[in-house]
Amino acid sequence: MYAQMVKSAGTGVKSREEMTEQERAFQDKIDADIKIEPKDWMPDDYRATLIRQIGQHAHSEIVGQLPEGNWITRAPTLERKAILLAKVQDEAGHGLYLYCAAETLGVSRDEITEMLLDGRMKYSSIFNYPTLNWADIGAVGWLVDGAAIMNQVPLQRTSFGPYSRAMIRICKEESFHQRQGYDAIRKMAEGTPEQRKMAQDAMNRLWYPSLMMFGPSDKESVHSAQSMAWKIKINTNDELRQKFVDQTVPQAEYLGLSIPDPDLKWNEERGHYDYTDPDWSEFFDVIKGNGPCNVDRLAARNKAWDDGGWVRDGLLAHARKKRTRNLAAE
Amino acid sequence: MNNEWPLWEIFIRGQHGMSHRHVGSLHAPDAEMAIKNARDVYTRRNEGVSIWVVEANNISASSPSDKGPLYEPSESKVYRHPTFFDIPDEVGAM
Repeated sequence: MYAQMVKSAGTGVKSREEMTEQERAFQDKIDADIKIEPKDWMPDDYRATLIRQIGQHAHSEIVGQLPEGNWITRAPTLERKAILLAKVQDEAGHGLYLYCAAETLGVSRDEITEMLLDGRMKYSSIFNYPTLNWADIGAVGWLVDGAAIMNQVPLQRTSFGPYSRAMIRICKEESFHQRQGYDAIRKMAEGTPEQRKMAQDAMNRLWYPSLMMFGPSDKESVHSAQSMAWKIKINTNDELRQKFVDQTVPQAEYLGLSIPDPDLKWNEERGHYDYTDPDWSEFFDVIKGNGPCNVDRLAARNKAWDDGGWVRDGLLAHARKKRTRNLAAE
Repeated sequence: MNNEWPLWEIFIRGQHGMSHRHVGSLHAPDAEMAIKNARDVYTRRNEGVSIWVVEANNISASSPSDKGPLYEPSESKVYRHPTFFDIPDEVGAM
């Protein structure tokens, strides 16, 4: 979920009559839950959509390190610092698993990186919000990683083999992320009145941005049908958002934190909580690049890429020199 | 000249006595760095006791279209499985 509003390439879902024989055989495999592997034939639109989706997901893992990395040096205890370091390192790992999955579709690592750096590819809107204090770090682990898990668990069953395998690895590690966040914010919710206030303030600011992570409401989500037929999207945005709200409300109640939504209430008939949708105009504005941190995030990624240039070149030159020397010695 | 680090396929032995299994891939300038990176990317939680790295372009793979000719011949040879043969109960475990 870290992929929002991924545009499906192509013209939409084709009927079986409209499909070529090859496309029919491909869809039959997907319907029978047989994984598609990189060397198998696949429609160009499936490939293009997956590159966009996996790429956006990978970029989100990488950019997602920034708001949390911001607090590593200021963690309140050595233990919290070690935990946060481990979590941020995991996010780098998750980005790498996903980039490798995208690369099996024929895009190179440099190409996909450059598309992030020059703004052609997106990352999740959530990372354009700032982490202002330590309570935000707890809230990010609990809410943001919690929302990510909602989407990533079903994606373990996605039709593209390398993507599915990356998601399985990621899900194994993600639960640590959410639990460490809940543990950190619980400490504050159960702490001094000032700490409690900070925890509530973090909740107030991060609740709606977390709900936005699932993407626009189903009524406006025009690309879902094709992605769902291809099984690269398993649930609709609203289904996952509802699941997240239902799961999170009791967790907040345990902490004694209130959800910043006066209309939130249990609906006996539906068996779900009714809740207020986020402000979608804010969401589209953030996606367009006008969130509080869009400029900073991209600038930080560009700086890291530029500053690391000499390391990439130097190590490659060293490897080439060594290889030549070894050849000469043989 | 392409300045992208080559891609390496990573194989990890999970425990003593098991064979190495493919776990994923990563980019690195040479084999030594590939092993170091694999340690960080694929064994952060005690997942391995040994790492193999192979540069991806050194791997040859069968093609999906060969599936029929490669694997069908074995489908008709059910006698290769022990369950093909009826052994009388009186003979005991075999």
